[in-house]
Amino acid sequence: MIWPLDIILLCFLVLLSLITAFSRDLLAATVAFSIYSLVLAIVFAQLNAPDVALTEAAVGAGITGLLFVVAITRTTRWEED
Amino acid sequence: MITIIVQTVSRIMIPFIQLFGLYVIMHGHISPGGGFQGGAIFAASLILLTLTFELAEAEKRAPFRMLIAIAVSGALVFTGIGMLGILFGGYFLDFLVIPLPIPPADVSELMIVSIEIAIGVAVMALLIIIFFGMAEEVFE
Amino acid sequence: MVRVRHVTVFIVLAMIGAVLFIAVLDMPAFGDPEAPAHLHVVPRYIEMAYEETGVKNIVAAILISYRAYDTLGELTVIFVGAAAVLSLLWREDE
Repeated sequence: MIWPLDIILLCFLVLLSLITAFSRDLLAATVAFSIYSLVLAIVFAQLNAPDVALTEAAVGAGITGLLFVVAITRTTRWEED
Repeated sequence: MITIIVQTVSRIMIPFIQLFGLYVIMHGHISPGGGFQGGAIFAASLILLTLTFELAEAEKRAPFRMLIAIAVSGALVFTGIGMLGILFGGYFLDFLVIPLPIPPADVSELMIVSIEIAIGVAVMALLIIIFFGMAEEVFE
Repeated sequence: MVRVRHVTVFIVLAMIGAVLFIAVLDMPAFGDPEAPAHLHVVPRYIEMAYEETGVKNIVAAILISYRAYDTLGELTVIFVGAAAVLSLLWREDE
């Protein structure tokens, strides 16, 4: 465990989750969510869990983000209140 | 924006991604990985094919009905191996009671590898089915 | 009235957050061999997994042999998801 790298990654995670939660642009929120999954995969690899890191990188960053993008293309891009 | 650069790069990349997916499935009992991870990686390679070429191109390589058959047979192999335990007088998913002429640990390893392959194939087919079903109108 | 409600919500959330932070301070350190999660079934898995299942990767042994019902449930979840997508979005007409 390299603790400065961990702190940077965790701050990045908090920032990306805030962007995902508060963004009006759903496409931007999806992109932020994909980057969030990728950073989370690095954190899992840091925590000696390569199985979970592989799953998170393949499913979370790749396929889930892509399915969200397809769903946005079929519906609307901007969030309405 | 699909240019010839993207198409060429993905045409080079896709075989390596598929090879890595198969490696992760087949070596799941030795190294980190397994059916779910390898199946997801393999599915990602076919989704990349759909994104850079057309949906018809990907459906020509992986027909829809074939994917459904693969997914159902993967799930059936998993439950069928589980049922073998009941058949030979044990519990559901009990591998040690299956009478093969090799040591019990080897029987268990064989069943675990078979189940890994079944899970990997099923997850691959199911993820591509979900993507094709959602993307049908978008990419035409 | 709305301000009062906002302040109340903020105070309640801050209290819950403080409780969670205090709970985090009580958790065992990373990789601590005396942690409760490492004391009950884990020694048995580490000692017996190779003899009982014949698989070198303990994670695979737990996922597919000891906790096979869990893996079957995960496969069922993805299967139901694909079935839902097909039943909602697939058109027969081609």
